[in-house]
Amino acid sequence: MDKRIERILPLVQKPGRYTGGEYGEIQKDLSQVDLRMALCFPDVYEIGMSNTGMRILYRVLNDMPGVWCERVFAPWFDMAGEMKKNQIPLYALESGDSLDKFDAIGFSLGYEMAYTTVLEMLALAGIPLHSGERTGLTPLVFAGGSVCCNSEPMADFFDLTIIGEGEDVDREVLELLRLAKREGWTKERFLAAASRIGGVYVPSLYTPEYNADGTLSAMRPRGGAPERVTKRIVEDFENSCFPVDAIVPNTEIVHDRVGLELFRGCIRGCRFCQAGHIYRPIRSRSVEKLMEQGKAALAFSGYQEITLLSLSSSDYRGLNELCDGLMDYCEPRGIGLSLPSLRADNFSMDIMQRVQKVRKSGLTFAPEAGTQRLRDVINKNVTEEDLLRSCATAFQGGWNGIKLYFMLGLPTETDEDVLGIAELADRVVHCWRENSPNRSRGLRVTVSTSCFVPKPHTPFQWEPQVCAEEYLRRVRLLRDHMKAKAVTYNWHDAETSFTEAVLSRGDRRLGALLEEIWRRGGYLESWSEGFRLDRWTESAAALGIDLPFYANRERPLDERLPWDHLFMGVEKRHFLREYRQAHKGVLSPDCRAACSGCGAKEMLKGGRCDG
Amino acid sequence: MDKLRLVYQQTGRARWISHLDAMRTLQRAMNRAGVPIRYSEGFNPHALISIVMPLSVGAESLCQMADIRVREDVDIAALPERLTAVMPEGLRFTDCYENADKPAELKWLRCRGLWEYDKADPAKLADTCRELFSGDVQVMRRTKRGEGLLTVTDHLRELTFSPEDGGVRVECVLSAADPVVNPDLLTAAVRQNLPQAAPDAAHFLRLALYKADGSEFH
Repeated sequence: MDKRIERILPLVQKPGRYTGGEYGEIQKDLSQVDLRMALCFPDVYEIGMSNTGMRILYRVLNDMPGVWCERVFAPWFDMAGEMKKNQIPLYALESGDSLDKFDAIGFSLGYEMAYTTVLEMLALAGIPLHSGERTGLTPLVFAGGSVCCNSEPMADFFDLTIIGEGEDVDREVLELLRLAKREGWTKERFLAAASRIGGVYVPSLYTPEYNADGTLSAMRPRGGAPERVTKRIVEDFENSCFPVDAIVPNTEIVHDRVGLELFRGCIRGCRFCQAGHIYRPIRSRSVEKLMEQGKAALAFSGYQEITLLSLSSSDYRGLNELCDGLMDYCEPRGIGLSLPSLRADNFSMDIMQRVQKVRKSGLTFAPEAGTQRLRDVINKNVTEEDLLRSCATAFQGGWNGIKLYFMLGLPTETDEDVLGIAELADRVVHCWRENSPNRSRGLRVTVSTSCFVPKPHTPFQWEPQVCAEEYLRRVRLLRDHMKAKAVTYNWHDAETSFTEAVLSRGDRRLGALLEEIWRRGGYLESWSEGFRLDRWTESAAALGIDLPFYANRERPLDERLPWDHLFMGVEKRHFLREYRQAHKGVLSPDCRAACSGCGAKEMLKGGRCDG
Repeated sequence: MDKLRLVYQQTGRARWISHLDAMRTLQRAMNRAGVPIRYSEGFNPHALISIVMPLSVGAESLCQMADIRVREDVDIAALPERLTAVMPEGLRFTDCYENADKPAELKWLRCRGLWEYDKADPAKLADTCRELFSGDVQVMRRTKRGEGLLTVTDHLRELTFSPEDGGVRVECVLSAADPVVNPDLLTAAVRQNLPQAAPDAAHFLRLALYKADGSEFH
């Protein structure tokens, strides 16, 4: 370890996150390596190490002969300050080498508020921010992850982005880079060739054109780049990589447990949900495979907890069988099994009760909206009866705490819908009085609201976000009607939701804004310590950028959207149809009840969508 | 007999693992190695493992000890190797035995440290330090009960300084119980009493533990 780093570690909080050396870390002999990849996560170690995508890609890329993939996380403010003061460049945990030694620098991007952190990490590494300023073939700076489904806000900075799942396409990009390095290609030649790989988007090969009113009019590809980039998926999900030998951190991380990935995609089609649309088609793993992976991962890691990962675990066909099988293994070993993402229905509660024998976790439901009318608008197929029946079962079973998640500012929302949240909370309290076997222990109902953020590739992608003042008015309205003592009401602040709405549907012109915010100190903005709204408003004013144009404007259905040339598998006509159904207040059946023909199953050549 | 004492080293990159994280790491390693560790019987069961003398973050040790309870007999001789195979870098088990001394019998700790000086002459500084500690030296320290002055020299049995490339080598035997004197207090003592001789960096390595009579703590 670098002496200079050892000198600053005693000065910072939680130094264990900056050292590497964990169990399961992959070390390679540099003489056997001809391509070095830095897998970067633009947030702190505890967050990045909890990310399933990071765990998978670390294994997939290190399985490539001659490739050494190492991890890089964003240092917390204290560490970043010490590194700058002592001129220590950002380094990778495995080798301790600084990023300028790497051929490929890939960022995993899961949320918009991480964008300025990417810029700071590049700056800490001494790497020019703009793709155009990096004239050599290496380092190639690229990104993948869910937010890349609208790559435009970061288009100035990345040489390319990966659209869809990275398992296969990341490997293809690195193989091409290795060939280019060996044969001495120029960066231009490499990017032109990379743009022909399915799932690769090279922003510099596309020129945006704008209308007089500032909206986008066209996106012109050149040099043979495709008109529309289609995302990549793992077709054979059953046999795709699941790293049973993932790194076990030395220090506590956010999701400090084994996470077993049941399936990708979602059958529900909630109209606000981006994940439910961009991860289609639905592909699941068999119970046998999951049992095998779960046991192997527990044995390797020594973790005392395992959790099931998916967008809606109740919709996994083999859930009963899987839970029983896992409990047979976990119970005698004192291993806890937790089941997040459950729907509020009877079936789920039954499983929950059987599973939580070792450690009882909290119970969380997300009705998302307070009235049935609005739940129908957003296509959240949960009724109040479902929810109250599940609560009754839970209270009878001894749970005495429940969390309820809602969004405010959903399309068509009225004050009646807002007050419906308070009424629903009251009914939950009433349900507890009628069902709790031991009322002396008291009840805690936590109601949380966040501000709806319209996202690309969803039926609500044209919707305006309500302005911050209006969101806060609804928050106050709701707060004033939350009367029960057992109910705690938390609301997410309006400011980050607003900036998230700007970025999620932003275009290429926001690159300058992000750079300006970063210059004014924006870093780790998903943390309250790193975020300040005035940095945003001042930067926007300085550059003449109108933030509400992006966040609060209702977009005409025929407007060209900045992500229209990136195809996530679901056709735009499906979003349009769902948009119209929403405004009629009509539910759409889930994928198993009736296929909606969204288009995603066309991505499975010969395979079938598990919808 | 269900009580076992494990002796391990914590060096290199592992010296940045905190006490709580070390506890978690040990517990997971027991699971990986299939050691039938005993669990508490509460609402939230936890493994019965305790570290005899927790190590502060940044310090290294060749004599860390962890007491564990097991549910069934294990092959004691094979255990250190079995555990080392599943540990992160820098954690290495060296011994395992029954009938260990009670933690209350622990009294003295032998340490070796390096005080690094970037600019000064080590030989001169070794003399300065020796001179400082030849009399009573007090240090302000923070405990759970607030700040207080401790005469650190009252709780030392040995203390030597020798010049070395890049700094001054410190060897000491200091009280490990009643009161616990962290070797970092020696560094703090210099910083407080003789700021011009304060090292640019300091870190210690634990070498051995003793009972009150000076015999080895087993």
